[in-house]
Amino acid sequence: MSGVTLGVDAGSTTWKGVVLDGAGEILDSVVVASEPLVEQQTRVELAKLREATCAPRETPVGATGYGRKRVGADRAITEITCHARGAFHLTAKAGVLVDMGGQDSKVIRIGADGTVADFSMNDKCAAGTGRFLEVLLGRLKVGWDQVPGLVDSAESSVSVSSTCTVFAESEVISLMAEGEPVPGILKGLHLSLASRVAALAGILPDDIEVFMSGGVALGSAMVNALAKELGRPVTVLAEPQLVGALGAALSVR
Amino acid sequence: MIPRRVQYELIKHVGGPLLMELQGLSKRLRPRRGPRPDSPFGPPLESIGKLKDLMTRHYLEGRYADGAVPVAWVTSGFPVELLRTLGFHSVYPENHAALCGVQRLTPEYSAAAERLGYSRSLCSYARTDIGAVLLDKTPAGRLPRPDLLACCTNICQTVLYWYRCLADHLKVPLVLIDTPFVYGDSAAHHQQYVADQLEELLSTAERISGRRVEPEKLLEVARLSYEGTLLWGECLAESTHRPAPWTGFDGFFHIAPIVTLRGSTECNAYYRHLLDELRYRVKRGIGGIKEERYRLLWDNLPIWFNVREMSTLLAESRFNIVVTTYTNAWAEAGKRMDPTDPINSAARSYTHVILNEDLDRRLDLMSRLARDYQVDGALLHSDRSCKPYSIGQVDLRDKLAERAGIKSLLLEADHNDPRAYSTEQGNTRIQAFMESFV
Repeated sequence: MSGVTLGVDAGSTTWKGVVLDGAGEILDSVVVASEPLVEQQTRVELAKLREATCAPRETPVGATGYGRKRVGADRAITEITCHARGAFHLTAKAGVLVDMGGQDSKVIRIGADGTVADFSMNDKCAAGTGRFLEVLLGRLKVGWDQVPGLVDSAESSVSVSSTCTVFAESEVISLMAEGEPVPGILKGLHLSLASRVAALAGILPDDIEVFMSGGVALGSAMVNALAKELGRPVTVLAEPQLVGALGAALSVR
Repeated sequence: MIPRRVQYELIKHVGGPLLMELQGLSKRLRPRRGPRPDSPFGPPLESIGKLKDLMTRHYLEGRYADGAVPVAWVTSGFPVELLRTLGFHSVYPENHAALCGVQRLTPEYSAAAERLGYSRSLCSYARTDIGAVLLDKTPAGRLPRPDLLACCTNICQTVLYWYRCLADHLKVPLVLIDTPFVYGDSAAHHQQYVADQLEELLSTAERISGRRVEPEKLLEVARLSYEGTLLWGECLAESTHRPAPWTGFDGFFHIAPIVTLRGSTECNAYYRHLLDELRYRVKRGIGGIKEERYRLLWDNLPIWFNVREMSTLLAESRFNIVVTTYTNAWAEAGKRMDPTDPINSAARSYTHVILNEDLDRRLDLMSRLARDYQVDGALLHSDRSCKPYSIGQVDLRDKLAERAGIKSLLLEADHNDPRAYSTEQGNTRIQAFMESFV
């Protein structure tokens, strides 16, 4: 088991863990909903991962996410650095990484050597994050798995202009009351969210590749909306939810 | 009943010094607690005790100033030398608001202003100050009632409306010095326009104080102000050494005398003392932080309520803020001062302050500071409360990278209102920025 490391991404919505072998392959992973007591959850989930992979107790642990300082890891580093490391490990390319997580959306520019050249994040507000979609999907009574089909079926998109999750929710209620079809509202929401994230990215050079990580990247509707806003293809990284945890595991190698 | 003037003089010359002596004695008798062994900071500056004494005496004298001497409430960029010549005791609402900010009193004071309809989008210094007046509360004991409000628009336009509100509430006259915004160098007519207003100010201040300006006294105050500005600049310049003998956060606090006591012998005596200590530390390689690996420039006002947390976060990762455009502003003025010609000197130097100059000038200044202080990166505080300081920072960030190869972080916060800052998110950004250097 030489060179095996553990990576934890204790995020605001989900807790992610990976076991990485010395060759850089993921041996095992887990994604579960975050619990309030992050220390306890980490203890339980890491024990399961160690058992499943026969990783010894002293296997180094790298941590990231909002709970990174509370999980007793050997090293705690920010999601920005971890996502960049994870992405570079998977692509070995410079580029722009869009990470859309539960509470933060980040646009990270990765240099040719895999380091963070620059980054920007949404500020002080959850508009532009996975939580924004989660709240509004709840209001529309639509499950995550139904989203791509509904968005594809939309004849047109309905504009949702509010930049605040709470105001957007009341705007959606009004639109529903006016009889707007759900697929159109849903498409409008995706475009609204994508335009906010595209604004974080600023003006991108023509030849730069865009990658995407984070839980929101699991849905093709958001990926398509973002590609439309940025005017270029967006490549979703393999197992996008695990990229941060992968970076954390790489940080203790 | 002791006349007010006698009370004031007694406090100034006997009570204040005696109180400081007693405090000093009690400090000496108490066992000294040094910094924690695991503290990332260097040994604390000895001068901090003298600084506290100086500012405590200033606020103590203030309690007895109204009715004894003329009192003016002035903006930080006001040519206070002219008022000092006439014996005015000056109060700085901005400095006072910062004091409230450090003590996290802004939410309480600001709420009083907000209840009257002042918007949360208004500068948090203004809201803190107006709230303090409305509540008649202050951590400084008591602020003297002003005879004159003196406002200069070289730092922002908000001060004009803020002081108009104070004038209306306190029923006292307001004088305004309007400085035209300058692109490049100011023209002769810009300076004449300001100089004419300063002449007018002198006659208003003479009328309010009941005193006449003595030209010799004006020259003396102008000389002291010039000397103090140079001394402050020398203190800051000690941080061009590696390691810097203090931190930019220390500078935020040690700026108080040059802001509030500019043009006085006490101010200059203090900076001579501080300069000696900084030189001593440089000679012995004593840094503001224990291990200085990376050096940063800070742009804009401090986040007063978060200074301790942020300075610790940086120091623990071996980052030191070695220069700030904010503290440098009071040193920069010296370059345009001519103490032999006080009125024109003030017109020139107070027009060319950082917030009254165009972005190219700011970029030149920041590039020069980055080079002189050999910084590795910059933290640009995008201050919700200070729009003139924050506008253009996105361009400044790009240009700094292009021109000086300096990597910057734009940090959204507020200088006084903790309700407008998310500490957890802010810390994550700073930490990620630091990780990008390693």
